[in-house]
Amino acid sequence: MRAYTPKDNVQAKSYYTDRFWVAPQVAKSAVSDDEVFAADLEAIKAKFDVLDAYIQVEQMIVIINANDNYAVLELLKNECEYTQLSEMSAIDWLDQEGKFEIFYQMLSMTKRKRVRIKCKIDEKEAIQSVEKLFRCADWSEREMYDMFGVVVNNHPFMKRILMPEDWEGFPLRKTYPLQGDEFAAWYEVDKIFGKEAREIIGPENRDPARIDRYDTKRFSRLGHEVPFGTDISQGEPDTPLVYQEQEGVFMIDKFDAQKSVVISDRHR
Amino acid sequence: MAQHQVNYLKDGGLPVALTTIDKVVNWGRSNSIWALTYGLACCGIEMMASGASRYDFDRFGTIFRASPRQAELMVVAGTLTKKHAEFIRRLYDQMTEPKWVISMGSCANTGGMFNTYATVQGVDRVIPVDLYLPGCAPRPETLQYAVMMLQQKIRKEPASRSQKPKRLM
Repeated sequence: MRAYTPKDNVQAKSYYTDRFWVAPQVAKSAVSDDEVFAADLEAIKAKFDVLDAYIQVEQMIVIINANDNYAVLELLKNECEYTQLSEMSAIDWLDQEGKFEIFYQMLSMTKRKRVRIKCKIDEKEAIQSVEKLFRCADWSEREMYDMFGVVVNNHPFMKRILMPEDWEGFPLRKTYPLQGDEFAAWYEVDKIFGKEAREIIGPENRDPARIDRYDTKRFSRLGHEVPFGTDISQGEPDTPLVYQEQEGVFMIDKFDAQKSVVISDRHR
Repeated sequence: MAQHQVNYLKDGGLPVALTTIDKVVNWGRSNSIWALTYGLACCGIEMMASGASRYDFDRFGTIFRASPRQAELMVVAGTLTKKHAEFIRRLYDQMTEPKWVISMGSCANTGGMFNTYATVQGVDRVIPVDLYLPGCAPRPETLQYAVMMLQQKIRKEPASRSQKPKRLM
């Protein structure tokens, strides 16, 4: 059967589709263009397998095997002067390749160069921790575990860092829905009141544009307030903004300009 | 020795006020709404501005307290995350009756722009709310108006009624 397309407003249909659009690629160049990077790459190649290496935006990217990650970073830190790990995390390529890409962004202050070490692991595979080399990797690896579910071996404190400890699912995976799955939608209700409270509290309102003009249980128009739950489909009365009750407040005098006196001498 | 004549029978001269207990209690309650410091996000800045000298919450008797045991108002100022939801419920339960809640700003009202997995879509899913303030973030005047509305609400209720614990369910 043919797919249904609405015919009531054919003119409004956009005739442009992006079927021939190709994502622009950042230009790559060979590592031999830069002598500093070429020397670094030689140092890595002497001891480890390098799957690919190139320069992009003046930074060298080296793709290695996942089980070499600790040793390669140790080499870069101790022998190639890349003393800082400025960033590390994972990228979800599960849909395209069935793998996670782990990247380590390294900075050398003396050489003024940046190198990115990349490796790929399977979904269930664990990666070696680099926390012993770089203290900053502690929280980054915990975040990587929290957001992607990449387990890190030999980490001193492998625990979720941002989400609650009893959270299910890994939010930065491409398969995780932005507005949360079933568990996320009922998390606070289940935890505080228990599952039996779901019916009483009801599902979340996820429609940000939802406004019921006649809903007096959730909204009130300022200056037109009515008691809770009143039917206002026939219009509502004006209730001007008042700061206090009309008849005054016990023990509190209202300011009256008529009774007040303006002092002529301020320094009296 | 009194230097001036005090007419004890004239209104105002008398150091005695005749009224009902309800009114006295409500007068006390409505003019000493101690609020729990509950700034969760940028609305907290506006809440702090309301408490500072320019807007001066102290003249309403609203003093920010750092302990839920001493507070009777919770101004939920900011985004409530799902991780934090159990703590806000615990702090609310620790507050002594009578207690009131002001939900300040879009995030506290409905989750606001954070239509995501990690944000509670309105604090009224977790604790009962008395007043909702619109705005992102509401200005200090709005919070002041809310406190004055709350004062009116407190004065309207009979203070002598038995305390019915507020529960969401």
